[in-house]
Amino acid sequence: MSKYLPKQADLIREMEEKPSALKGDHARQEWWEMPVEFREGNFCFPAKAEVIEELGFANPRKWAVTDDDWQLPEGWQKTLMDGMRERIKKYRSLKLYLDSCVRCGACADKCHFFLGTGDPKNMPVLRAELVRSVYRGDFPMVEKILKGFAGSRKLTKEVLREWYMYFYQCTECRRCSVFCPMGIDTAEITIMVREILQLVGLNNNWILAPVANCNRTGNHLGIEPHTFVQNVESLVDDIEELTGVTVNPTFNRKGAEILFITPSGDVFGDPGVYTMMGYMLLFEHIGLDYTISTYASEGGNFGFFTSNDMMRKLNAKMYHEAERLGVKWILGGECGHMWRVVHQYMSTMNGPANFLEEPVSPITGTKFSNAKATKMVHIAEFTADLIHNNKLKLDPRRNDHLRTTFHDSCNVARGMGMFEEPRYVLNKVCNSFHEMPENTIREQTFCCGSGSGINAEENMAMRMKGGFPRANAVRQVREKHQVNSLVTICAIDRASLPPLMRYWNPGVSVYGLHELVGNALVMQGEKMRTEDLREDPMTGFDDKEDDVD
Amino acid sequence: MKKILLPLAMVAVLALVPFVGVQYAGLDYLFGVVIPYAAAVLFVAGFVYRMVDWLRRPVPYNITSTCGQEKSLDWIHHDKIESPSKPWHAAVRVLFEVLLFRSLFRNNRAEFSKGPDLVYGSTKWLWLGGLVFHWSLLVIVLRHARFFFIMVPGFAESLDQLDSFFDITLPAFYVTDALALSAITFLFVRRVSDAKLRIISLPTDYFPLFLLGGIVGAGVLMRYIAKVDVMAVKDQMLRLMSFSFDPPAEIGALFYVHLFLVCMLLLYFPFSKLMHMGAIFLSPTRTMLNNSREKMHVNPWRQPMKIRTYSEYEDDYREKMKKAKLPLEKE
Repeated sequence: MSKYLPKQADLIREMEEKPSALKGDHARQEWWEMPVEFREGNFCFPAKAEVIEELGFANPRKWAVTDDDWQLPEGWQKTLMDGMRERIKKYRSLKLYLDSCVRCGACADKCHFFLGTGDPKNMPVLRAELVRSVYRGDFPMVEKILKGFAGSRKLTKEVLREWYMYFYQCTECRRCSVFCPMGIDTAEITIMVREILQLVGLNNNWILAPVANCNRTGNHLGIEPHTFVQNVESLVDDIEELTGVTVNPTFNRKGAEILFITPSGDVFGDPGVYTMMGYMLLFEHIGLDYTISTYASEGGNFGFFTSNDMMRKLNAKMYHEAERLGVKWILGGECGHMWRVVHQYMSTMNGPANFLEEPVSPITGTKFSNAKATKMVHIAEFTADLIHNNKLKLDPRRNDHLRTTFHDSCNVARGMGMFEEPRYVLNKVCNSFHEMPENTIREQTFCCGSGSGINAEENMAMRMKGGFPRANAVRQVREKHQVNSLVTICAIDRASLPPLMRYWNPGVSVYGLHELVGNALVMQGEKMRTEDLREDPMTGFDDKEDDVD
Repeated sequence: MKKILLPLAMVAVLALVPFVGVQYAGLDYLFGVVIPYAAAVLFVAGFVYRMVDWLRRPVPYNITSTCGQEKSLDWIHHDKIESPSKPWHAAVRVLFEVLLFRSLFRNNRAEFSKGPDLVYGSTKWLWLGGLVFHWSLLVIVLRHARFFFIMVPGFAESLDQLDSFFDITLPAFYVTDALALSAITFLFVRRVSDAKLRIISLPTDYFPLFLLGGIVGAGVLMRYIAKVDVMAVKDQMLRLMSFSFDPPAEIGALFYVHLFLVCMLLLYFPFSKLMHMGAIFLSPTRTMLNNSREKMHVNPWRQPMKIRTYSEYEDDYREKMKKAKLPLEKE
């Protein structure tokens, strides 16, 4: 076990004692008097100097979070305050959300990090107060008249340490915003604070390295074009071996009808690769005229976790490439934050995409008028439409070895509103599906605990705590319905939920939705399939076993 | 403790000021004319300023919080209110929020327990307490209209009748007085009894509660116990409404306590969290439409930007791409 991940018994003991931070040692303390503790397992490593330099961000240097001296640039307070003032001018949301909280506390126990750590500063209201307290000291007059009344403070190094800790203990999942009577969105505040912290060189390598890679090579993992092709081709070989069917993806092909973009984790990471195999089987099954780009080979956008400009810069590649290749529209794979960016930001940042056409499914003729401006369709919408029109030959019994539940990814749930399509598809491709408790799914879904770029190994203890509410909900359906498969439509989930499940719910595996689609698809000319895409035996399809019996 | 006692002391002092001023220093004119005018002007100016200050800031991105199924394929049920795609959907959503506290109604309780486990429970108390608090204050304010117009407006008359439904005291007992005081008490007790609330609360959270408590308390005292001359009060209010600067007739000091605390509330309002009254109508996560893929939302401060283009990429990787038999723009 990694040194960043305590033994379960130790972590449980800590969790059971820690929530009493409110009652125990700190009972008489105000939140601003409580210490900020950077400990092994609860923070991410800062970005390497060369990465910061490559991206043109501020203050490249070698430093450690546990250092006393963070080597901040001269005049860092002014830089940060100016940065805050500028953003308050540019975003009504930020100003409004700093001004209008009544501290009713409805959000307090909605945050997965608060539930997992018991740390008061992880209550969304206090997370925002970390900034509000400084903002109030800077802006309104009232404060100058009645010092101490409005609870304001100066931006000191201690405050900065708090910001760095707690704005990287927020996954921008927006669960609190669902319950807030004012609609205050902590994600909005976290996004801004991270952007401001970037101005003095406070960031994490797990975000910035993928950003640099994505800018240079086209994807987060830094895979160069030839390797990217090789990897997809090795998946093609796996498909052929398993099913006897040859799928034929093309790359950077001009004149294709559709450009397909998915997170690069689907091409490289386990279990994402099985989802990729599912996509390719699906496209082969319906004879889709599509191509994959090596230049825009990343659906995800870690720029979203650094700054508005960086998000836009990385996102711009999608349209740039779609225009160059002359495709009609773009189809996007399963991913969470990618879809927040595509759904809510893309056309505003880089549109209008007049060189594309309003998406129409070439198989069913369905017009995706809900994507009329952005011209990008989510694969779950696309597949749901195919199934609804009886265009797929499916055998859901091939997923009978899986007893599934569905994890709504935060961004797709609360930043897009896609709940029914993936459930519809899932119910058509498998026979056993059980929902987790009502207040842990759909718009109330719990984050995996690792979203928004804090999925680093060195942050493992914090991730296991933050992911605990999700794991706890899975445990309930596991005990009640013997669920053994957690299905998601998010690449970060596919990377972060497996360790979470291994830790809290051993025996539960994580699947992409289209991996199950791939299992169930009855392909033309396929051989007798007895194993699923990850070579696990299917139930009821093993002839030999029957013979023995 | 300090953060509770400080605002309590402040309200106590604020209540004493007009009492002493009127009773012992004869400052009826200051408290009956000058301060009310000043407070009203500052309230309106401050409120408008804050609203304009918010409205003039751009909303660069569409950041709707979607709490229901988006509009997508025809055969999938679209949750119009929680994932609005037309302006009237969003209007209903905001009205639900303003009038019924829709999001607070969703509230549930989560507690960590040994196991480790998470235990969830339903909790509608905050929703109910908040709703009672706001609605009774609204009714109280509206039925005060009878002091401001010679002819009592119809709505004020009806509200008055409804409100005094339990005709058990003389003058008739108002239900909203009891509800408002109970709700204020509940909201206060909630802040001090729950560990989470205790730690997030600031003096600025207790102050408005005490201030409102003081206002309602003084009003109740005036009506039921230490009665003041209601006609004199109405005369004074009518004078203020006609922008007259004539000195007020003799009214009990308790009235000035009530009036002065209201003036303090008006003054405090625009510069405090109480502005959530205006903010709730502007919150982008609730007011915006979830149609950002259907209709392009324009960011007013968008500037042209340099990106890493495909040709730069091809220049860097041409040889490798050639070996992988990838199509190239330039051989």
